[in-house]
Amino acid sequence: MSEMTRKPLVEVKDLKKYFDINVGMFKTLPLKAVDGVSFDIYRGETVGLVGESGCGKTTVGRTLLHLYTPTSGQIIYDGKEIKTSADIHEFRKKATMVFQDPYSSLNPRMTVSDIIAEPLDIHKMYSSPEERRQKVLELMEHVGLNSEHASRYAHEFSGGQRQRIGIARSLAVNPEFIVCDEPVSALDVSIQAQVINMFGELQDKLGLTYLFIAHDLLVVRHISSRIAVMYLGKMVELTSAAEIYERPLHPYSKALMSAVPMPDPKIARESHRIPLSGDIPSPLHAPSGCPFRTRCAYACERCAMEVPEFREIEKDHFVACHRVEEIN
Amino acid sequence: MANKYFNMQLDVDAFLPASAEEKAYMVQMRPSTTFFRDGVKRFVKNKIALISLIIIALIVVSCIVIPFFWPYSYDEMLGVKLGRPVDSSYNNLAPFEYGETEQERIAAGEKIFPHLFGTDSQGRDYFIRIVYGARISLAVGFFASIIVLIIGMTVGAISGYCGGKVDLVIMRIVDIIYSLPDMLLIILLASALKQTKLDQIIQGTVLEKIGANIISLFVVFGVLYWVSMSRLIRGQILSLREQEYVLAAQAAGARGKWIIMKHLMPNCISVVIISTALQIPNAIFTESYLSFLGLGVNAPMPSLGSLASDALNGISSYPYRLIIPAVVISLIVLSLNLLGDGLRDAFDPKLNG
Repeated sequence: MSEMTRKPLVEVKDLKKYFDINVGMFKTLPLKAVDGVSFDIYRGETVGLVGESGCGKTTVGRTLLHLYTPTSGQIIYDGKEIKTSADIHEFRKKATMVFQDPYSSLNPRMTVSDIIAEPLDIHKMYSSPEERRQKVLELMEHVGLNSEHASRYAHEFSGGQRQRIGIARSLAVNPEFIVCDEPVSALDVSIQAQVINMFGELQDKLGLTYLFIAHDLLVVRHISSRIAVMYLGKMVELTSAAEIYERPLHPYSKALMSAVPMPDPKIARESHRIPLSGDIPSPLHAPSGCPFRTRCAYACERCAMEVPEFREIEKDHFVACHRVEEIN
Repeated sequence: MANKYFNMQLDVDAFLPASAEEKAYMVQMRPSTTFFRDGVKRFVKNKIALISLIIIALIVVSCIVIPFFWPYSYDEMLGVKLGRPVDSSYNNLAPFEYGETEQERIAAGEKIFPHLFGTDSQGRDYFIRIVYGARISLAVGFFASIIVLIIGMTVGAISGYCGGKVDLVIMRIVDIIYSLPDMLLIILLASALKQTKLDQIIQGTVLEKIGANIISLFVVFGVLYWVSMSRLIRGQILSLREQEYVLAAQAAGARGKWIIMKHLMPNCISVVIISTALQIPNAIFTESYLSFLGLGVNAPMPSLGSLASDALNGISSYPYRLIIPAVVISLIVLSLNLLGDGLRDAFDPKLNG
């Protein structure tokens, strides 16, 4: 971490995103997909966002890019709040997204060069067809695609190649910030490694900042400088990658980290898993107070009464738990 | 040397890393094919659809070309010559018969073009009337489908993309139109439009020839028949807009129009083509029986329906005059339907995985 990282590129303050779900004829309930999440992302770093399925990781990523209109909360990019549609349109040139599914995220009726150039077309970022072609070829080279394939259709490529096309598209507008929404979970392991390494290389080469959403904890550990853990629409812990693996403080993070598969059987035998009982509650009927209290071994009365504050326990180590000092 | 049973000595050459050439050989990609080319390939394999396409093409080409060189015109009464009494021998000729004056000229050694299907009760060449009738029917079918396509596609795309309240309102309007008995409404509309001064408005324009009735037919199609098309398109758009590439376009800054034109429409184009192909025979059918009921084209312009209707008067003496237009209608409608089915089989990705 260099000294320039101390300037936050993205600040998210108390972000909330509720979806109205129809229950019965005329009744709707708010589904609290993201319920008050705050964090900063510094320039040049990679923040990993982990949590189990349905905890709101993807919604955070999409709301952060204003693909979903936030219910409340602020998104500040480079010191400027993103609010009006003109802000959003400008913001789209600086922040882009890589999608999870390399199959459905590429239009089957478009050629690779049209897919990659689409953001350029939308923002009219070239002056001649020749310039457009040059940019596309340059982008394809960046992500390790053969330039002969520019006129082909996406269905002719393998999953890994398709994801490279998606990454090239997200790089087209020369962004500073990329939200990677589980970009490797649809790929097989050998391809995952290639793509992950490519993310690292691109970051070094182009000075990118990532928000890396994933559920594969080893992948996140490999690429992230800091890691945030989410549970049921709330952030429970945020600290550096090394810290969260060595010394997780929140009971949920502890359980999560103990579940990381160890490649070395010797270590695996010695480590013991902290089992969690029960399922993640439905976000439609979230528990009162701390969302994790229904499955937490340390839950007390206070946990049911008060929502724990997301506070900085130690330097750069944020935890949302009432009893964090007692249990560690 | 030849019998080396269970030799554990492995050939080291087989385990050398592949050279660049060998690798290139393995990663050969098949030639790029587009969705359209794939569809054409499948379509050509379908014999019935191909034959239908050929029949349609033949009918269309002959409808366009034949009137140019045919010696008779559709409204020319052969027995009526300026300055002479009406020669009734030209009326109701059987196929390949000639009128009196024509017989004299043949006797004098002249070559006379035969009346392939004879003439009608007013001495007009029946073959060219059939050709003109088919021309009108096809034109009506084609243009009515275009109107349906444009309205249905626009409304369906807006409804599907916007969703929410817009969708709700549009779809209830569609439901209402759907629930109306369309045949009754067509007849009512056609006769109501007849009462308006449409005739005078179109006087002197190209539209005069086809007549106010056909225009009102287009109006009817425009008002009523777009609903099924718009429902179809809406359904397609509803499922397509949940695709991640639409979200990706939004993330790139695309707005409604761009997404509809670049992402949603191209992906439902196959459905559009198929249902348009199936809409044409529907329109031809409607036109035919409206003409049959006397609500179609203006005389003397023939259409297949009005020809069949006129033939009813002499059905016992001249049954072929009813049979010929009926067969032509059936041929057109059947081939178009089979063609539409063939197109669906070839282009609908849901049917062929």
